[in-house]
Amino acid sequence: MPDNLPETQNPPLNQTAAGPGSAQAALSIRGLYKRFGEQNAVDNLTLDVPTGSLYGLVGPNGAGKTTTLSMATGLLRPDAGTITVHGVDVWRNLIEAKRLVGVLSDGVRLFDRLTGEQLVTYSGLLSGMDRSTVAERVDDLLRLLDLQGASGTLVVDYSAGMTKKIALACALVHAPRLLVLDEPFESVDPVSAANIRDILQGYVSSGGTVIVSSHAMDLVQRMCDHVAVIAAGRVLASGTVDEVRDGSTLEDRFVELVGGRHHAEGPEWLRIS
Amino acid sequence: MVTHLLRLRLLVLKNSLLRSTWQLVAVIFGALYGLGVLLGVTIGLLALSGAPVTIARTVVVMAGSALVLGWVVIPLLASGIDQTLAPARLVTFPIPLNTLLLGLALSGLVGVPGIVTTLGALATAVTWWQHPLIALLAAVCAGIAAATCIVGSRAVTTLSSTFTSGRRFREASGFVAIISLVLLGPIIVSLSSGIQGSTDAFPALANVLAWTPLGAIWAVPSDVALGHGGVAALHFLVGVATLALLLVVWRRSLALALITPAHTSSRSRGRGKLGFFALLPATPAAAVAARSLTYWIRDPRYARQLLVVPLIPALMFFYSRNGPLELLNSIGPIVALLLSLSIFTDLSYEGTAFATQISSGIRGRDDRLGRAAALASFGLPIVILFSVGSVWISGFWSVLPGLLGVSIGIFLSGLGVSSYSSARIVIPVPGPGDNPFKAAPGAGFTTALTTFATWGVIGVLVLPELILAVVGSATGVDLLGWIGLVVGISLGSVLMAVGIRLGGAQLDRSAPELLQSLARQR
Repeated sequence: MPDNLPETQNPPLNQTAAGPGSAQAALSIRGLYKRFGEQNAVDNLTLDVPTGSLYGLVGPNGAGKTTTLSMATGLLRPDAGTITVHGVDVWRNLIEAKRLVGVLSDGVRLFDRLTGEQLVTYSGLLSGMDRSTVAERVDDLLRLLDLQGASGTLVVDYSAGMTKKIALACALVHAPRLLVLDEPFESVDPVSAANIRDILQGYVSSGGTVIVSSHAMDLVQRMCDHVAVIAAGRVLASGTVDEVRDGSTLEDRFVELVGGRHHAEGPEWLRIS
Repeated sequence: MVTHLLRLRLLVLKNSLLRSTWQLVAVIFGALYGLGVLLGVTIGLLALSGAPVTIARTVVVMAGSALVLGWVVIPLLASGIDQTLAPARLVTFPIPLNTLLLGLALSGLVGVPGIVTTLGALATAVTWWQHPLIALLAAVCAGIAAATCIVGSRAVTTLSSTFTSGRRFREASGFVAIISLVLLGPIIVSLSSGIQGSTDAFPALANVLAWTPLGAIWAVPSDVALGHGGVAALHFLVGVATLALLLVVWRRSLALALITPAHTSSRSRGRGKLGFFALLPATPAAAVAARSLTYWIRDPRYARQLLVVPLIPALMFFYSRNGPLELLNSIGPIVALLLSLSIFTDLSYEGTAFATQISSGIRGRDDRLGRAAALASFGLPIVILFSVGSVWISGFWSVLPGLLGVSIGIFLSGLGVSSYSSARIVIPVPGPGDNPFKAAPGAGFTTALTTFATWGVIGVLVLPELILAVVGSATGVDLLGWIGLVVGISLGSVLMAVGIRLGGAQLDRSAPELLQSLARQR
């Protein structure tokens, strides 16, 4: 099918869609399905993340964000659909695809009996880098993420925000071309969050691509240049942030798209006075 | 509120069983086993009704004391009773302390150990069926005894959790338990060999136990049957006082636990201290090995598996004092078998942390190789040392080559087999930071099943060197032993390489599915 034919399936907002395996797309998802028991967690999801974009993925709880990102990073096998990273089919070429991708997963454990420094070193060595490169990058990352003071502490004794940051360092250490971050800002303090944003923006301006899932609409609107709204395993809208929010704030647009907002004041018995 | 807590306990049990069929099967087997035990106990107690009162008394008091001791001590080592309703989880709800106390006690009763204990204790009344009044008294005492078991175990867990809410303390307590268990082996052996010679000491021992909090309540019915009314009253008093004291201790510590939130302490090591990561080469496989070695040292759940290393020689040494000296020679092979299977649970211990490794794109073969190498780096020296050491003590120097062949063969083949099987099967294990002796529900059965299957496979794989060694030592042809050594090392190495290859390929194929079952395990 030629690219210039009008799309009938997708909402008009979806204008950045590139062809499958297009060199322009850092991550390209086509017709992705995943079922858990009776429930369709991801239901014919199609998404393109252009190279060099900072892409926000927003959606209500249980929308399928984490499931989609897990499948895109080779951690969860899809039931159907194709995923390519810079033209590499993820599920045909797992190892090659994984070299291109850095992952921060939400809700998985870390090897938390290692010190922060050991953990990042471990991630680097697993990717097959040599010792001096790993040591240099570990130093840089710990400094950038304000973790120098805690580099010798076991990760199990870290606070939630520090754990997020060390996981981010693990995702960055092998200098991936695509960075997939699931809830990277959860419980991270404002100063560290700003530092992380700077790192991500620098990374993107040098040609890297970041895809971030988040619940913080303000943050996505300020930080990201592209955004996709996902609900019930489908893409409701996608494109540049300005296209998607269409004049209003991203939060209002999100609520409008997803629905489910209650305009009541809560139950009678919860009014204290 | 109490019924609500009970319902919550049952609901949690039901839901956790529905998540995994194997766990359900395991619990059913546990229940069947409990029923079997109960049946045996009841029949035994019925048989005692025909025996002289002193014998019945000795048996009931000693077994009863052991039961109470078990309930109080085991929670320190394992979560003997379910911790679903841990005080820490209920702390935010406005539940009156006494209601909470009752609810927790009753929920401790629900479950195979609690039910079997209570019914088993009540079965002591059967012994006295010819004397209804004593039987009634026995039933009352049994109720108090069962309550003592459960309250005692709750008191101990709550008390210890108050002092041990820090991770480090909890893990350290695991090591204390390990050390005491290691010492327990020889003690039991020497005790039991001492007892074999002096069964006459039992009634005296029972009489002593009857005055301790452990055995007092169990002695009351037989006291009455023997006509010692005053002694019976005193024993009853001791038993009731024990229960009351435990209740007070539990109530106090629970009240304390409710206002003492879990805290963490941390200790830091210097920067740039990479430990094993700096010592081993900078390749993916070596990184896995370095990480494994760090965990063997730092995670008490791994260290627990090394418990067998000093335990087996100690047991064998004590047995061989009374039996044949050849028994000592089995130390090497047994330790080799148990050690080589300890990477079986590697992936289960890591849980979803394994995702880090999957997303790094490491080849499955490198992963398997790293883990096997980490274990072999200290396991192989131990196996060789024990084999040589056992021969040094027994003096059978001529069997050493064959024995070494068998030990090394078992160790290497075992590494191969467990490298493959652990890429396929996820075994339920305690989570990171839990007490290392805690048993995940159903873990015993699943682990036993897979372990026996693995033993069978290894048994077949090491047949060549085993036959060579046995025939060599039986016929006195030393050459056969030397051939066995060569066969053991070479065949073992080949099998290990094959296991690592197959396991690696399996991992490459199904890492995502493995990760899902690891995630489900929690």
